[in-house]
Amino acid sequence: MKGIVNISRRDFLKTGAAISGGLILGLHLNLPESVNAAAQQTPPLVPNAFIRIGSDDTVTIIVNHSEMGQGVYTSLPMLVAEELEADWTKIRVESAPVDPVYNHTAFGMQMTGGSTSVWSEYDRLRKVGAAAREMLIAAAAETWKVNKKGCRAEKGVVIHTSGKKLRYGQVADKAAAMPVPAEIKLKDPGKYKIIGRPTRRLDSPEKVNGRAMFGIDASVAGMLTAVIAHPPVFGGKVRSLNADKARAVAGVKDVVHAPSGVAVLATGFWSARTGRDALEIVWDENPNAKLSTSGMREQYAALARTPGAVARKEGDPEAALAKAAKRLSVEYEVPYLAHATMEPLNCTVDLKPDSCEIWVGTQFQTVDRNAAAGIAGLKPEQVRIHTMYLGGGFGRRANPASDFVSEAVHVAKAARVPVKVIWTREDDMRGGYYRPMWYDRIEAALDEKGDPLAWKHTIVGQSIVAGTPFEKVLVKNGIDNTSVEGAADLPYAIPNVIVDLHSPAIGVPVLWWRSVGHSHTAFVVESLIDELAHEAKKDPYEYRRGLLAKHPRHLGVLRLAAEKAGWGKALPPGRALGIAVHESFGSYVAQVAEVSVSPMGEVRVHKVVCAVDCGMFVNPETIKAQMESAIAFGLSATLHSEITLEGGQVQQSNFHDYKVLRLNEMPEVEVHIVRNTEKPGGIGEPGVPPVAPAVCNAVFMLTGKRVRRLPVRPEDVKQT
Amino acid sequence: MIHLEVNGKRHDLDIGPDVPLLWVIREYLKLSGTKYGCGMAQCGACTVHVDGEPTRSCVTPVSSVSGKKITTIEGLGASRAGRAVQKAWTAEDVPQCGYCQSGQVMQAAALLAKNPGPTDTDIDASLSGNLCRCGTYQRIRKAVHRAAGIMAKGGKP
Ligand code: FES
Ligand code: FES
Repeated sequence: MKGIVNISRRDFLKTGAAISGGLILGLHLNLPESVNAAAQQTPPLVPNAFIRIGSDDTVTIIVNHSEMGQGVYTSLPMLVAEELEADWTKIRVESAPVDPVYNHTAFGMQMTGGSTSVWSEYDRLRKVGAAAREMLIAAAAETWKVNKKGCRAEKGVVIHTSGKKLRYGQVADKAAAMPVPAEIKLKDPGKYKIIGRPTRRLDSPEKVNGRAMFGIDASVAGMLTAVIAHPPVFGGKVRSLNADKARAVAGVKDVVHAPSGVAVLATGFWSARTGRDALEIVWDENPNAKLSTSGMREQYAALARTPGAVARKEGDPEAALAKAAKRLSVEYEVPYLAHATMEPLNCTVDLKPDSCEIWVGTQFQTVDRNAAAGIAGLKPEQVRIHTMYLGGGFGRRANPASDFVSEAVHVAKAARVPVKVIWTREDDMRGGYYRPMWYDRIEAALDEKGDPLAWKHTIVGQSIVAGTPFEKVLVKNGIDNTSVEGAADLPYAIPNVIVDLHSPAIGVPVLWWRSVGHSHTAFVVESLIDELAHEAKKDPYEYRRGLLAKHPRHLGVLRLAAEKAGWGKALPPGRALGIAVHESFGSYVAQVAEVSVSPMGEVRVHKVVCAVDCGMFVNPETIKAQMESAIAFGLSATLHSEITLEGGQVQQSNFHDYKVLRLNEMPEVEVHIVRNTEKPGGIGEPGVPPVAPAVCNAVFMLTGKRVRRLPVRPEDVKQT
Repeated sequence: MIHLEVNGKRHDLDIGPDVPLLWVIREYLKLSGTKYGCGMAQCGACTVHVDGEPTRSCVTPVSSVSGKKITTIEGLGASRAGRAVQKAWTAEDVPQCGYCQSGQVMQAAALLAKNPGPTDTDIDASLSGNLCRCGTYQRIRKAVHRAAGIMAKGGKP
């Protein structure tokens, strides 16, 4: 195969991969620049950058995607191990350094996001494993002086027809000197032994004994801990500072300015935080101080009544609306949401005159490295990022603005010591980069039979990518695709459709939040379809089926979820089912929620039956876990969470006022996976979008009250 | 001087009496398995055992536990319930990002040490103070039951 380079044959084995003997297919934790350049010229398919085999037979897979709970430290090694014919018990995982060979195969930078890890590595990592396997076989054949056609590999051993055997560890050194095979034949999926089998996570043991190292656990000799005072209003700047009281706190060593605020450095977190809280800062006035949730609501509601940039148009919706038998005009709204990862943001930096080492849980290695290099005045190659375990990401650790990494580099530069910046939970909650607040207005019309005739959907909300380098790629004709995804691609058969968009510029930083635009569009679309079914006096499941005839995969999961949930069956009194289906990130998910509502209006979700079609998959256990996770995540947003502003200030601060789902509220979740040979799709996010509409549709069945704003407020659904 | 016994080891520390136990454990004793999540007893990520009682170390001034026996996640494997919980957690594939799991495991082990056969209601009562943003709750529930089973069988899974 063209373009595969056996890096281990060049003489830089010595530069990295210091392992105890038996080095093979070794590689480069510190690529010299020349190799970097070479790697840049080759397609991103360098088997040895991903695999290291020790003389003790351990197979280390260097994983280029960040582990944030979604299971990539298990699913990606499975891809390699399958073709490598590795012994699964010998697999170890290491996080990749930042290097072009580890770039995302679709995005050209090193990153984790968009539910892309498995599908984007599906081919590359299998080829990498297969190439290494062929090299091991060639090495064994040469050792035995036999034709390699008589050799095969199985469970970490090369076996010759004569019965001779060599373990991978025994031929590892020699294999490194073998040519990379010109042709690589991948296995017939029917022969898979690892891919597609339920496989336990490799990272569980260290996550139950306290050994797993997250960003917040990093430690450097001589390091100080910093806590930063951020402006109370986004974009605020320090007008005056009195740090006397902060400096008087025991343990406080320094107070420095950073573009994002004022940092107090101390021997430990508690002193730094106490010092930070003792700072006397006068912040400047800025226009964002006028922002309030109620003001924005008014602005958005007014905008929603005016035409926006058109994302999709079919037929003549205005004319159809004008002459329709039945019309519906409704407005939906959802709030800003914080990601609220369990691990608050943090970043550790050791800045030297000619190097910068960073320990951080990030989803955006290349972006962060380049930002750090710019601030430090170094070349990107002089910045080394150690990707630690992420205590949750959900998009927050993939920031085009590199906020928490840049800030830490600024502090290290100003203070001239190694520093660990820790955000308190309050800092994290109030630090912005939220899921945007959205306001949607829909006008729809039905014909005499109750079939939808027209659909006019106006979306109002901030663009996530405006002003970032992603704008060029993701904004077309004034439409940020992440604002309209899930709405503009409405699958239902409706002859007259218009979807348009307003993207007001507001001074609240926004960011992708698990399932991005789909987190609000599915709520609107799937609730509205239910509203139309009700208007048409039809069963919401049958109504959807009738309109999805051209979408077999939507239909497939819809039918599966409905069947497994017993759609139409008798339920205990006070319970009802709601259904929703949505496609996102290349995968199709339908959910049926079983719900009850107390007289006071408290919604309880008892069970969610979930059907998912993500095409060919690697680890069904991961799929189940991600669906459970997404349902819990979606329920937090459905039932509890919202970020609001008053006088420009975020009103929530911690988990007492930004509520998320707790164990006693967790429904029973049942996951059913469709098996097919479609292209692999994403799995980390697609489980989120259908939750809110499935639950709210059930609430309607039960109470006759249509929930059109999230989170569900008891006063909106209680029995009157 | 504050005297602490952590995972069976005695430490004499010259630190302010108000410093929360969490930061003493993480920064002075360099045991990083106990996590910071909220700092106000809202999430349970910082849960340790103080004389066997599950305790939010983020709101526990270190002076208040002077002389008491403290167990952190790093020392949990020394107890029967602790080992059973860790085994069950791995078998049920509970962790996702893992950040909350030290606290979950500590809370569950404390529950099982007192109540070897908890009902779902007992589990709700004990573990609802431990947040998991990854939503591993269903598996946590299963794993607690599994751990109870392991303990009943004398430690065999
Ligand atoms: S950190 Fe102590 S309960 Fe959250
Ligand atoms: S496993 Fe991620 S917060 Fe619980």
